[in-house]
Amino acid sequence: MISVSSCSIASAISIPLGSLVHFNRFRGKRPLISVIQTLYSVPTVVIGLFVFLMFSRAGPLGELKLLFTPAVMIIGQVALIIPLILGLIISALSGIDKAVAETAISLGATRFQMVMLILKEAKFAVLAAIIMGFGRAFSEVGLALMVGGNIRGFTRTLTTTISLETSKGDVELSIALGIILLMIALAINITLNRLQQR
Amino acid sequence: MSILETVNLHQRFGEHVILSDVNLKIESSEVFVLIGPTGAGKTTLLRLLDLLDRPASGRVYFDGTDVTVSKSYRQTARRRMSFVQQKPLVFTMSVYDNIACGLRWRQENPETIRQKVVTVMQLVGMQDYRDRKAKTLSGGEMQRVALARALVTEPEVLLLDEPTANLDPISVSGVEETLAHTIAEKKTTIVMSTHDMAQGQRLADRIGVMVNGRLVQFGTPKEVFIAPQTREVAEFVGVENILPGIVSGRDSDLVTIDVNQNIIESISVYQPGEKVFVLIRPEDITLMLGPGLSSARNTFMGKIIKMISVEPLVRIEIDCGFPLLVLITRRSSEEMGLTIGKSVYCSLKASAIRVIKRW
Repeated sequence: MISVSSCSIASAISIPLGSLVHFNRFRGKRPLISVIQTLYSVPTVVIGLFVFLMFSRAGPLGELKLLFTPAVMIIGQVALIIPLILGLIISALSGIDKAVAETAISLGATRFQMVMLILKEAKFAVLAAIIMGFGRAFSEVGLALMVGGNIRGFTRTLTTTISLETSKGDVELSIALGIILLMIALAINITLNRLQQR
Repeated sequence: MSILETVNLHQRFGEHVILSDVNLKIESSEVFVLIGPTGAGKTTLLRLLDLLDRPASGRVYFDGTDVTVSKSYRQTARRRMSFVQQKPLVFTMSVYDNIACGLRWRQENPETIRQKVVTVMQLVGMQDYRDRKAKTLSGGEMQRVALARALVTEPEVLLLDEPTANLDPISVSGVEETLAHTIAEKKTTIVMSTHDMAQGQRLADRIGVMVNGRLVQFGTPKEVFIAPQTREVAEFVGVENILPGIVSGRDSDLVTIDVNQNIIESISVYQPGEKVFVLIRPEDITLMLGPGLSSARNTFMGKIIKMISVEPLVRIEIDCGFPLLVLITRRSSEEMGLTIGKSVYCSLKASAIRVIKRW
């Protein structure tokens, strides 16, 4: 549930933001895209540390008392996967021939109508970007542990359970959960492939 | 008033000048064809007319309004035009939805959209493809969809960039028929580019010849074809003998021109001493085996140096002291027993020769 929420929020931010970056010319666009792409592989614990510091009692957002709640995990995951979704959406949009946008404009589309058309043309690649983001949010463990605190029935996730159970020595449970995690990843992958083949 | 007008239009990409000093007036309901070799700047000009790009300098007026200045008017003007690009381009959706795009963007009511789309699908002969995914069509079919998509909004001005360049002959005639119908029925103003002179002649009221980013000649198809004004235009409209010479004498309208120490007679306004090009169409030259009597003012003896068969014709290169290319039928060539090295006489009327100034 946490991953679904964070993925939805990240997508809702990334799609308009990605369109904005792609369809506008501005200074520093190339460097910005490079930065976004670099952040694809930012370690989860680095984001975890950052969010932890922001929300800890002494941090600037400590007043909100969100640390060790699902809410802060969602915030952390959103921060973690926005670069990935955003970057992939930008490259999805760049993959559409410029002539498509020009044709739309010359047929009388407004800028907004043109952007909607391009998003529609790139819909499978955009969807793939979202699923990739979901996969990263779903499978990460460092962030969930650091800011969620792995509280049973509250902020404990599949990955944090595996981590905990393994260190407790309950390897069987860990393996079982690992298999479940893999199955979910496989299901996502199959769906993704199906969509792209269409 | 002109529906489209350009004034001193220039365009460049970086240091590279694409268009220079283009002044063009397109009247309402006119079919104007831009012809010229690939890379002459035809696409660039059409893109400027469709307001897709901004010129480096100069003005574009649509229906009397300067669209290079008035930003708010650009969208309005664009909605009164349509542009079909050279490369057939369809959106990833059904044929019907592709064609309906322009109308939906103009927020017309669904029933009107349906009627207009169905009508235009019939016009381009795509009514059986209504629900087909447009991306699965052939190039010719895609171009018909693109054309239908441009026509369905009933544009006042239709801009076409080599709409048949990538198509097979059957698709070409399909597209041309649709255009001819639109011209006849809707009185749409059409600006079209092509590198196919014959297509220009079939459709155009007026032709503009574009060479190296300049509009070098305007005229009816016949004028451009018969009376090219520059060497480049002459080359483009199929005048294959372009001989540099100097006017050596004049007797009322009849002039004698010295071409490589041979004298060619023609009708021209140029004065003795002026440098000129002599233009001769290869099909205007008659070949004879002997010097025979003829009313033609010019007869030259020469040797055949090259023969190339382009069924049903033969292209023959003859050295008469200057090179001359002649086009005759294969039958004639066989009956006359023409072979390389054989001596022949070339005769041509003074009136079949055009003379243009050489700078």
